[in-house]
Amino acid sequence: MRVEQISVFLENKAGRLSEVTRILSEAGVNIRALSLADTSDFGILRLIVNDNDKAKEALKENGFTVGRTDVVAVEVGDHPGGLHRILEVLYQANVNVEYMYAFVQQSGDHAVIIFRFDNLEEAVKILTESGIKVIDGSVLYGM
Amino acid sequence: MIYNMEYETMPRDALEAIQFRRLQATLERVYATVPFYRNKFHEAGITPQDIRALEDLHRLPFTTKQDLRDNYPYGMFAVPMDNVVRIHASSGTTGKPTVVGYTARDIETWAELMARALAAGGASRGDIIHNAYGYGLFTGGLGVHYGAEKLGASVIPISGGNTKRQIMIMKDFRPSILTCTPSYALHLGEVAAEMNVDFQDLHFKSGVFGAEPWSEEMRQEIERKLHLSAVDIYGLSEVLGPGVAVECIDAKKGLHIAEDHFIAEIIDPETGETLPYGKRGELVFTSVTKEAFPIIRYRTRDISMLNREPCICGRTHVRMSRVTGRTDDMLIIRGVNVFPSQIESVLMEMEGVEPHYQLVVDRRDNLDLLTVRVEVGEHIFSDEVRMLQTLEKKISKNIKEYLGVSAKVKLVEPKTIERSEGKATRVIDNRVL
Repeated sequence: MRVEQISVFLENKAGRLSEVTRILSEAGVNIRALSLADTSDFGILRLIVNDNDKAKEALKENGFTVGRTDVVAVEVGDHPGGLHRILEVLYQANVNVEYMYAFVQQSGDHAVIIFRFDNLEEAVKILTESGIKVIDGSVLYGM
Repeated sequence: MIYNMEYETMPRDALEAIQFRRLQATLERVYATVPFYRNKFHEAGITPQDIRALEDLHRLPFTTKQDLRDNYPYGMFAVPMDNVVRIHASSGTTGKPTVVGYTARDIETWAELMARALAAGGASRGDIIHNAYGYGLFTGGLGVHYGAEKLGASVIPISGGNTKRQIMIMKDFRPSILTCTPSYALHLGEVAAEMNVDFQDLHFKSGVFGAEPWSEEMRQEIERKLHLSAVDIYGLSEVLGPGVAVECIDAKKGLHIAEDHFIAEIIDPETGETLPYGKRGELVFTSVTKEAFPIIRYRTRDISMLNREPCICGRTHVRMSRVTGRTDDMLIIRGVNVFPSQIESVLMEMEGVEPHYQLVVDRRDNLDLLTVRVEVGEHIFSDEVRMLQTLEKKISKNIKEYLGVSAKVKLVEPKTIERSEGKATRVIDNRVL
């Protein structure tokens, strides 16, 4: 029940982000979701793509440092309180969210949010037990 | 293996007797043939006859890089150009290069000393030497080349650059000894990894690395990544080129100086005073056999110390510690002396951090600001900002603890620090003083 995310180290200077999108575009990789965390010096670009191996290889070939992390894709009711319910469940269970961002595509009439937990197993268990739908990578990449 | 048993293991009293005899002959010759030395000796009120023992050496004036520049290009040569068979020059990053010449016998001496050096680094007849030092005005390539041939090994004169092709040749030609700068050795390791070539499947047993300062930690990293035994070699064109001193593969604790050809001293770079064995200071060399370009008390600006203790390898020649920095590389940051090699040691002690770094010094509002740029490799990368910031802080804290100087650490993308084909640029000093 996990989704693979790739992350890329970027220096905070002009043209670096577009360099990544150029490389991925030339490699024929489709970006499904992304988030950029930045400080004054550097940024970390996190991506969900349709082909992790191809993306990673193309970026590494061009000299980028690339990492892989497992994250969790969660269906969130697209109505007021939808996200809050999930965060409440996690809070009650004392599960810490490192960061999160939205997935572009909807799952039926639900929104999809990508979560990064420090304890992924525990988080997935709690979410599923609370009747919250977690989407597997194989499904998500094709959405 | 010891290439020249007689000279390399000579008892010290016999060795010193030879040094003195050769020193006297050299002094007589430069006094007679090089106006620069005659004038300098006059100014110091000294003649070659005043040097009656090795201990009198300190009475002679120093020769500096500036002296060589002032006599550009051939003013320091002690033989007519008819007898000069080779010319080399230093890179000359600041101003004119320094030009050195060799007679046929100088080339022969150099080949002998490089053969000794390669043998000390584990090479012998039958080895194939992959020589990735640059060929050209720089002494590295040709110096190693002639020594390899003298030793009877097979030499691949690959020179620097075109790294992917070098990896292919390593796979196909099966070299057993690698010679290049330590930063290029690491670069070869990275490129091999990118090409999915494992050094473990290549055929290297040892490597002789030099031409730039490097640290003990960097040695360990090279040995781990390249699966070979790494020794340090020292030399500079003003004195000879590579082969002035080399580590033996047996001990790997300091570099044996070819004392039958050179006399080494350590001086205090501030006062010029000669320092005893075991004290760190600036390395000074006097050549005692060179014909075309003899050099008297040349200030190398390299920081080292001398060790007279006997070595397990059997060589009796004094060992110099690995060069830990240069007097002109030394940065004074808010009054604290900082050598790039010290920063390198701090980085290499940290798990996963690679020795790809650069020091940038700026001055703002009359305050020195040191920024250490460190490349982010896969081992230290994280998808969490917090982790990378913690790493920056930790490096900063360790530098402060070990060196007593505050530094801002800036993580940069891989391969953004200029390096590899030759020497890495370790310091950028933007201060206008």
